[in-house]
Amino acid sequence: MITRPDDLPEEELLLSGTRSCAGCSMSLMYRTAIKALGKNTIITVPASCLTVLHGLYHKQSVLVNVIHTTFETTAASASGIVAALEALGLDEKITVVGFAGDGGTSDIGIQGLSGAAERNTNFIYACYDNEMYSNTGTQRSGQTPYMAYTTTTPHGKLEHKKNIPMIMLAHNIPYIATTCASYPLDVFNKFTRAKQFKGTRYIHVLAPCPPGWGYPTHESIEIGKLAVRTGIFPLYEIIDGKMFLSKESEPYLDPRKRLPVADYLKKQGRFKHITQQHIDTYQEYVNGQWDFISKML
Amino acid sequence: MENESKRYMAPGKHVLMGNVAMAEGAMAAGLTFFGGYPITPSTEVPEHLVWRLPEAGGAFIQMEDELAAINSVAGASVAGAKAMTATSGPGTSLMAETISMAAAMEIPLVICDVQRNGPGTGLVTAPHHNDVFQCKYSGNGEYEVIAYAPMSCQELYDLTIEAFNAAETYRCPTYVLSDAYLGHLHEPVVIPTAEEVKKLVVARAILDKPNQEKFTFLDREGNIQIPPAPVLGTPNFPTTFISQPHGPDGIPVNEDQVLKPNTLLVEKITKNVEKIARTEAYMLDDAEVVIIAYGLTARVCYHVVNLARKEGLKAGLFRLVTIWPFPYERVKSVVAGAKAIVVPEMNLGLMAGEVERCKPLAMPMYKVPKIADIHEPGEILAVVRKAKEAHP
Ligand SMILES: Cc1ncc(C[n+]2csc(CCOP(=O)(O)OP(=O)(O)O)c2C)c(N)n1
Ligand code: SF4
Repeated sequence: MITRPDDLPEEELLLSGTRSCAGCSMSLMYRTAIKALGKNTIITVPASCLTVLHGLYHKQSVLVNVIHTTFETTAASASGIVAALEALGLDEKITVVGFAGDGGTSDIGIQGLSGAAERNTNFIYACYDNEMYSNTGTQRSGQTPYMAYTTTTPHGKLEHKKNIPMIMLAHNIPYIATTCASYPLDVFNKFTRAKQFKGTRYIHVLAPCPPGWGYPTHESIEIGKLAVRTGIFPLYEIIDGKMFLSKESEPYLDPRKRLPVADYLKKQGRFKHITQQHIDTYQEYVNGQWDFISKML
Repeated sequence: MENESKRYMAPGKHVLMGNVAMAEGAMAAGLTFFGGYPITPSTEVPEHLVWRLPEAGGAFIQMEDELAAINSVAGASVAGAKAMTATSGPGTSLMAETISMAAAMEIPLVICDVQRNGPGTGLVTAPHHNDVFQCKYSGNGEYEVIAYAPMSCQELYDLTIEAFNAAETYRCPTYVLSDAYLGHLHEPVVIPTAEEVKKLVVARAILDKPNQEKFTFLDREGNIQIPPAPVLGTPNFPTTFISQPHGPDGIPVNEDQVLKPNTLLVEKITKNVEKIARTEAYMLDDAEVVIIAYGLTARVCYHVVNLARKEGLKAGLFRLVTIWPFPYERVKSVVAGAKAIVVPEMNLGLMAGEVERCKPLAMPMYKVPKIADIHEPGEILAVVRKAKEAHP
C-alpha cells in the first residue's frame, strides 16, 4: 500500500497526447490504474471513450497490450484470453483485465460479466463510471443517477443508479472495490490489491466527465471528491464477502459529517433543472444507501 | 393516449437533419413505440423521438442493448402498436435473430439502419452502404425483407412513411437504409398537412375475432393473401405467436406440411415484387450506357447523366428506390437494349451481383466502388466514358 504520491511508480504506461477531452478524469484514473497493473497486462476494452483514448495502431497512447472488443463482450473476451493463457502456461505472468465504461458494464455487457464471474474467471474487471454513454454523446445508462439530464433523459432520469458492486457481490467473487478518480492513491492501491487475488475481481471507479456532467474542465477532481464527501459515492472494498469502508469514506458513516447532496448536484449542469423535492429524494436515497452499508460492515 | 395535435409537424418547408426527417416520417406514419439503443451515426433518431413521441402520446424506451431494442419493438408490434428501432451495422448484427423471428411470425416492424463503415467497429462517422446484404441475409432461415434506400432528407421523411405502410401490408421486417452522410445532412423538407398525411397512411389491420374466412394464405384466384394479424390481448381471442412454420390459422405445422408455409413466407414478397418495388428511370429511352444505383449514390448519378448527355454520351439512370425485393424483371428489361452497364455503389460492388443475374452474359458491366465517402460525379463519368469507348 502506498500513502504518498511520490511512491507511485515513475514509469508512465499512458503516454501524453491521448485523444480524451480536457479534464477527463477517466484518463487520469487510467494512468494510475495501469501503473498498478504493470506492463505484463492484457486489457480488453469495448466501444467507449477508453477506445478513443487508446488511439489507433501506431499512434496508440498506451504501453500495455490492448484488444478492442465488441461493445457487449468485455468479460467474454477476457474469458477467452484467460483460458488461452492458462492453456499456454502464461497465466502466472500476465494479468488479464476487462476495462469498460458504465454502459458497457451495466447495460449491454452485464450478461458476459455475470457469466465470467459465475465461472470465477481469473481476471480483473474494471468499470469506469462516468454515469452515461459519453462516447456517443451522453445518453443515459443504467448508471445515470436520479434526475440527471442526458440526451435521452431530457427531463432528468427517473430511476436511481443500478448497484453493480452489489450485483457482483451476489456472484461470490473474492474481491470487489469502489474507488474514485479523484483519489489516485486509492485507485493505485485497489488495483494493486486486486492483483493479489485469484478469480474474478471487480473494481468500480467513479470518473467525472466535464462535457457530460456540465462543469468546467478544471473541476473534475473536486467534483469526484464531493461525490465521496456527500456520501453519494462510498468507497469500500469487499474481500471474500466482508465489507471494509475505505479511509476516504469512513467519516461519512456518520450522517452529520456528510455534506448535503445539493453541494454536489448544484455544481453540475446535468442537474440544473432539479427542484428541492428532487434534492430531498436524492438525500433520502443516499441516507438509505448508508443504512445498508452500516448493516454490511 | 394519442395526442393527435402533436403528432404531425406544422405543414410547410422545414430545414431538417436527415435523422430527424426519418424520425418525423415515422411519427407521421403512426409510430407509437420506439425501442432503441444509441449508436453513431443513428443516435439523433432516438434523441429526437425521446421527446417527440411521448408528447404525441407514444412510448419511447432506451433499451439496454440492441437485442433488447429489437425485441421490445417486436413485442410492441404484436401488442398492436406501430413500432420501430434505429441503429447502425453493429446493432443490426445483434438484431439478426429477432429479425428472422419477426419474419417467421409475420410481425410488421421497421428498422432504420443508418449505415456506417465496417466490418467491425469500422469508421463510425463514415458512410458505407455495406449493410445492403446484411439487412436481407443476417438472420437464419429463408425469408424476405423490404428495404428502402432514400437519397435526400425529403425522401427520408416520405419513404419512412412508405416503409411503415409496406411493413403493415406485407407483415415483414422493413428497412429504411440511410447512411452517415445522409443521416447528418441538413436539407429543406416539405411537410404535408396532417390531412394529407393521414390519407397516405396504412392503418394496422387487426383480426379482432376468430374468422375462418380470413384464415387463408391464398384467395380464390390463387393470389397470395396476407391476413391481418391478431393482436395479443384482444378480448375473446387469446392467441399465440410462435416462430415455427405456421398454417393460415397461425398454428404450427409438421415437417410434412412445412413446404407451403415456408414458401409462402418468401412468395408473399417475391410474387408481389411489382407492387412493392419502387424504381425511377431517368433518360433511359435511348440510353446506351445504363447506370444502376441506389441511395445517396443515385443522387450523384442524376448529375452524372446530365454531364454525360452534355458530352453527347447516351447515358441513363435506373434508380432502385427499394433495393429489396430486387426487381429482377425490371432490371432485365432496362438493360436489354444497353451496350454497357455501370454500377456505382458505396461499397465494393454488392448489389452489382444482383444486376449480374439480370444481364445477358456477354453484356459488359463496370463496377464503380467507393468506400466511406460519396462518389465525385467525375469518377462515375470517367467510367461511363470508358464503357462507351470500349463498346461503341
Ligand atoms: C453493438 C453496439 N451498439 C452500440 C454501439 C455504440 N456505442 C459505442 S460506445 C457507446 C457508449 C459507451 O458508453 P459507456 O460504456 O458508458 O462508455 P463511455 O462512452 O461513457 O466511456 C455506444 C452506445 C456499439 N459500438 N456497438
Ligand atoms: S466524454 Fe467524458 S469520459 Fe469521454 S473522454 Fe471526454 S471527459 Fe473523458
